[in-house]
Amino acid sequence: MENDRRADGKKPPAAGSGSKADGDLARRLDRLSSSLDAERRERAAAQEPRRSDTRGFSLGIRLASEFVAAIIVGTAIGWGLDALAGTTPWGMIGFLLLGFAAGVVNVMRSAEKMASGESKRDED
Amino acid sequence: MAQADSVDPIHQFAINDIVTFGEIGGVTIAFTNSALFMFITVALIAAFLLLTTSGRGLVPSRLQSMAEIAYEFVANMLRESAGTEGMRFFPFVFSLFMFVLFANLIGMVPYFFTVTSHIIITFAMAMAVFLTVIVYGFWRNGFGFLKLFVPAGVPGVLLPLIVAIEVLSFLSRPISLSVRLFANMLAGHITLKVFAGFVISLSAFGAAGYLGAIVPLALTVALTALEFLVAFLQAYVFAILTCMYLNDAIHPSH
Repeated sequence: MENDRRADGKKPPAAGSGSKADGDLARRLDRLSSSLDAERRERAAAQEPRRSDTRGFSLGIRLASEFVAAIIVGTAIGWGLDALAGTTPWGMIGFLLLGFAAGVVNVMRSAEKMASGESKRDED
Repeated sequence: MAQADSVDPIHQFAINDIVTFGEIGGVTIAFTNSALFMFITVALIAAFLLLTTSGRGLVPSRLQSMAEIAYEFVANMLRESAGTEGMRFFPFVFSLFMFVLFANLIGMVPYFFTVTSHIIITFAMAMAVFLTVIVYGFWRNGFGFLKLFVPAGVPGVLLPLIVAIEVLSFLSRPISLSVRLFANMLAGHITLKVFAGFVISLSAFGAAGYLGAIVPLALTVALTALEFLVAFLQAYVFAILTCMYLNDAIHPSH
């Protein structure tokens, strides 16, 4: 179909008036679709940066809260265990480190989820 | 709001008693402005859904299709992240989503109180999600729910460490869920107020001040638009994370 149209567009057929009209139509369709494509690209380019800015803001807060929350929970648990068992400050130090690791795991997981969600959206 | 308050960016979050009912254990039990706006939020949601669906048209009117879009949006979100089995939690997720969305949007009206800018509100909702996940997870899977904390294919030496990290990561969920919503609303509203405050402060300097105030005014307008987006986005994020956590309760193995 594409090839037909392009071939028609390049050399206007000398035969019947019907096919000549077809070639004319095909050429006009080509012009229309290429200008539509250009416009679409322009519009997409205009929208892209703004969207990613706001997305970046929410993405940042999302990842930061994931990270900080794990550290807070780890520290709180360690501190509570220390208060119960009287092992200050070892519980807090240990659980703070564990909380750190859990925070990194959280961030990696949600970043992975976000990335897969993004690619899925792009495929649609 | 008095003139002095109009430049104070934190004043909008103050909680005032409207009606006090007495004290329990030294704590005043009162109907506060926060409670009032929660009632307004719920009333608005109920009114919106009841009025828009009262026509029951097979071909929906414009308003009815708004309610239907809200339904479809949450239902699809739940189906995609928790499977069809997750649909039993639809009333829960839909209520949370609509409450957060309406509370955020109502907070955008000048002089109105933003319910979700207080961490205790968001934390209560996050704990509701968290406890639902734990209770339903154990009820449905028994001790199989604990598989959530044991990723497959981990060598035995590392297992205690990994399990500890997984448990901590699980326990941090209600905190990150609540802090995210609360921090977004709080930060957004403070920024908005600070930039609007610049307009007032600058206009005290006369003509040059008026000219200079154009920049913060334009920023305030832009930030207002951004805040509407954040209001929706945060409701969406809260709902979709709820769905993901519920998915863990339904299918605990990684």
